[in-house]
Amino acid sequence: MKKTKKGYLIILAIMTLVIGLTGCGKKDGAVSGEGTKGKVERIKEAGVVKIGVFGDKPPFGYVAEDGSNVGYDVYLGRQIAKDLLGDESKVEFVLLEAANRIEYLKSKKVDIVLANFTVTEERKEQVNFAEPYMKVALGVVAPKDSSIASVEDLKGKTLIVNRGTTAELYFTENYPDIKLLAYDENTETFQALVDGRGDALAHDNTLLFAWSYENQGYKIVDGNIGSQDTIAPAVNKDDTDLLNWLNDEIKTLTAKGFFKEAYDAELKNHFSPDTNPGDVIFEK
Amino acid sequence: MQNSGINVIFNNIGILLDGLGNTLLIAVTSLFISFFTGFGFGLLRMSKNRIVKLLTYIYLEAFRIIPIMVWLFSFFFFIPRTLGIDISGEVAAIVVFTMWGTAEMGDIVRGALESLSKGQIESGLSIGLSKLQLFLYIQFPQAIKRIVPGAISLGTRMIKTTSLVVLIGVIDVIARGKQVIERTKEAFWIYGFLFLLFFLMCYPLSIMARKLERKWES
Repeated sequence: MKKTKKGYLIILAIMTLVIGLTGCGKKDGAVSGEGTKGKVERIKEAGVVKIGVFGDKPPFGYVAEDGSNVGYDVYLGRQIAKDLLGDESKVEFVLLEAANRIEYLKSKKVDIVLANFTVTEERKEQVNFAEPYMKVALGVVAPKDSSIASVEDLKGKTLIVNRGTTAELYFTENYPDIKLLAYDENTETFQALVDGRGDALAHDNTLLFAWSYENQGYKIVDGNIGSQDTIAPAVNKDDTDLLNWLNDEIKTLTAKGFFKEAYDAELKNHFSPDTNPGDVIFEK
Repeated sequence: MQNSGINVIFNNIGILLDGLGNTLLIAVTSLFISFFTGFGFGLLRMSKNRIVKLLTYIYLEAFRIIPIMVWLFSFFFFIPRTLGIDISGEVAAIVVFTMWGTAEMGDIVRGALESLSKGQIESGLSIGLSKLQLFLYIQFPQAIKRIVPGAISLGTRMIKTTSLVVLIGVIDVIARGKQVIERTKEAFWIYGFLFLLFFLMCYPLSIMARKLERKWES
């Protein structure tokens, strides 16, 4: 009797394994031929460049009603596809979150990240940044009727930030007396300010120019905090040839005035009319 | 304004339903597979073999202790990178949710089988039933009534937990909702719509569970 039971259990164990494994079996094929070929060559062979962008960060990367990607980063992405592969439709946009951008590059799930990626020393250890295509500093917004008039007024108050962003790093290091309330996603972060869960919100100034333009009742407490940072395309550390290509590409595009064109097409209507384009983009 | 009020739902229904499709794909596929694998796992957990006991215990606790988020990141980023393979977010999500479902379902099955009175098994054996017959005719029919409520609650939990998959690039209905909110600033209607969708996904399961229980009682 005992033996039969054991046999029965072994069969069950094998069944479980087989079913479990067929469940796991659908791998999407191995990452194609690493070897000696450069990344640029491999992208050309694939005929499509995979670019990581945001899906919920207007006006830089967001999704239209028909599901298509739009925004300033996307505009640049299409131009890159055009210059690299000769056709601006040969691009596959992958939607990223702020918290998983580095992982997407390190695991080579995208070729380039154009997701409003601010260049920092910490990030440089993980990924390679090309020449910048935008400028950014930090900003703070608060309700118009609040007593907060400068960053100093925030001491002892609650400041809302996005987890893992420059804003969180900066305030943790420089203003330990300010209480931080961190959220993973932009939607939640801004909703928290609207719901009054914090006294003010810190984020990239460009995003705040756009947000406070659309949301009446909020004021920019400070639009230029911290050192001015830049936003640049990022690639995997292994892909130096793609990095070089991108550096040339950004230089050429800047010289051609492409970024002013992109600003007019994607950003102008989202920012306050008195915003100086030179605060946001590199003009030729 | 064209994009204001309840219109925001109709104008964006295409991408919202596309997200709903991904949510359902992951939840339904994982639940379906877990139901069977969970049964096998539950029986394994009742093994008298010490090694099998220990391994199944570790497996179950691993899914109870380690957050699902960590499993998703591991299966989407770290394991493929280490092995040099590529795996889509949908597949990684289904694999992780199935593994989790198997563990939880297995525990429900074990609990149900162990709760049956010893007398049932002894009477079965005394009239000469084999182990298999005993399982099919005595244990299974009685255990299933005790499995269903737990399985249903696992199902609703799994549907709700799918909202984590956005971090491994799967654009589910919540991610779609956020995209629409960011573009239109109509949080109220979109969250309301998401509430309704999740209610419509989970409530029928509860009704079904209640109906089955009532049917078996009579």
